Amino acid sequence: MNLPVIIKFVIDLLAVLLLALGIKGLSKVKSARDANRLAAFAMSLSVVGLLSYYLGTSGIAIQSWIWIIIGSIIGSLLGAILAKKVPMTSMPETVALFNGCGGMSSLLVALGVAIFPFSNSVENLDFFKSLINEVSISVSIFVGAITFTGSIVAMAKLQGWLSTPGWTQSKVRHFVNIVFAVASLIAFFDLINGNTSSIWLLVIVSSLLGIGVTLPIGGADMPVVISLLNSYSGIAAAAAGFVVDSQLLIVAGAMVGAAGLILTQVMCKGMNRSLVSVLFGGSLSAQSTSSSGSGEYTNITSCSVEECALTLEAANKVIIVPGYGLAVAQAQHTLREVTKKLEQNGIEVVYAIHPVAGRMPGHMNVLLAEADVPYEQLKEMDVVNPDFPATDVVLVLGANDVVNPQAKNDSSSPLYGMPVLDVQEARTVFVIKRGMSAGYSGIKNDLFDLPNTSMVFGDAKKVLNDLIGELKDLGVGEK
Amino acid sequence: MSFISLLWVLLLGSLLGLELIGKVPPTLHTPLMSGANAISGITMLAALTLIVKAEGNVPLLIIGSVSLGFALFNVVGGFFVTDRMLAMFSRKPSNKK
Repeated sequence: MNLPVIIKFVIDLLAVLLLALGIKGLSKVKSARDANRLAAFAMSLSVVGLLSYYLGTSGIAIQSWIWIIIGSIIGSLLGAILAKKVPMTSMPETVALFNGCGGMSSLLVALGVAIFPFSNSVENLDFFKSLINEVSISVSIFVGAITFTGSIVAMAKLQGWLSTPGWTQSKVRHFVNIVFAVASLIAFFDLINGNTSSIWLLVIVSSLLGIGVTLPIGGADMPVVISLLNSYSGIAAAAAGFVVDSQLLIVAGAMVGAAGLILTQVMCKGMNRSLVSVLFGGSLSAQSTSSSGSGEYTNITSCSVEECALTLEAANKVIIVPGYGLAVAQAQHTLREVTKKLEQNGIEVVYAIHPVAGRMPGHMNVLLAEADVPYEQLKEMDVVNPDFPATDVVLVLGANDVVNPQAKNDSSSPLYGMPVLDVQEARTVFVIKRGMSAGYSGIKNDLFDLPNTSMVFGDAKKVLNDLIGELKDLGVGEK
Repeated sequence: MSFISLLWVLLLGSLLGLELIGKVPPTLHTPLMSGANAISGITMLAALTLIVKAEGNVPLLIIGSVSLGFALFNVVGGFFVTDRMLAMFSRKPSNKK
């Protein structure tokens, strides 16, 4: 072993250690920010390690430097600008975009190696080694392509650029996806047999498969898809590690893949659905053939903002239930103003966060943190559910399916079994909503029909602004 | 590095990941995801290897460079955005009266 090899070995080892500590730290509130920086440092360290290794052994040609610099500057600059500019409300699509680009990078590496095998290594490959090489290239391309197109589709859907086409809710999509999957398999074996041109077939069909699998999934299932794609990008990186023979890539990729899987599991549990049913079941509305799924509302009470303000003023304990609608209306800051006023009047305010509220894991937490809500006030579902009977007022803002009592009471409902927030146990429930349209699942919400529920119709931001005015008139929070 | 030892690395890496995360508070779901996402941009090392070993092969240099760009977009953007989010979380306790 010569010196450059030893140095690279030590740096790689250190980088893995720091990355592991970084991921570990990211799972604790106190250490998270430092952990993130530690991981970033570990990544730059690994680049230094790799470059110093090549400088010490084969050297790096000027031409290579130029292309390294071009790629790094453009990529880093665009990434930094986007990260700084993007509003917190569009975090799900941003994460999806970054994720997709990671997948694209793995895809391109594998493609590069496949089309132009390293000249100095290709002759001394025995059969077994070249087989492994082909397999890892194929896996890297396959997973990388699915990650890329899947993430881009997810991003487009979150941005509202893309809606869910009707045909994807019928059985046709299974047929289409099976065709893509079989075609990928054919391309894969053809590639191993030495037919290099079938690599393009693999790229195309696995890209299409990524689109076909993600397109039917939307709305409430998004958190599962986003965290699953995150896991895929790790797997793609690990596969690329096999292609270029790098343990560091394999370890880091495997860690990310595992972390993503855990998060996916948490999300699935939050909806009481299996991963398989999210991926292949289509949207909930397609399943709701039973009569309980639709049906008319019979007992809707609507009320004015003024009444809502009066009830709030008289309350001792208020629980806010935020949902995706809050993010869409960008009303988090206005909401914070309302709750500040209530708190100044000595009213206890907490936020009940359903595990799958929003469109990505932890979406509501990020949104409310942006509006300066102390995280001690954010309560998990299991913690807050026993509190509802002792609560005077619940304010439901842009949440729907996660507060549907059907999930508990109606065994014929498609939502049955999903853990929900028991808001109906509270004395009064106000649901702030644009109109009577159904939630994402298209399922009737029994909560709206209950006698202690009142609907306040209007855009969340506007209603909250009016609420601030009314509270002011009542002298709430004027001390 | 033999293939078998690389498989060991894969196995141990996965177990390490599963072990490290354990129970994550929901507040950190998004930052953990975007932080891990940034780490998956480690493929930038593979892209660098590609460029260095290209030996003047221009199409390969371009593929490597584009791949490097995508990876760094992922890495830099991911870490920055995670830091932005975590900054919001960490300023909370000091704000509380």
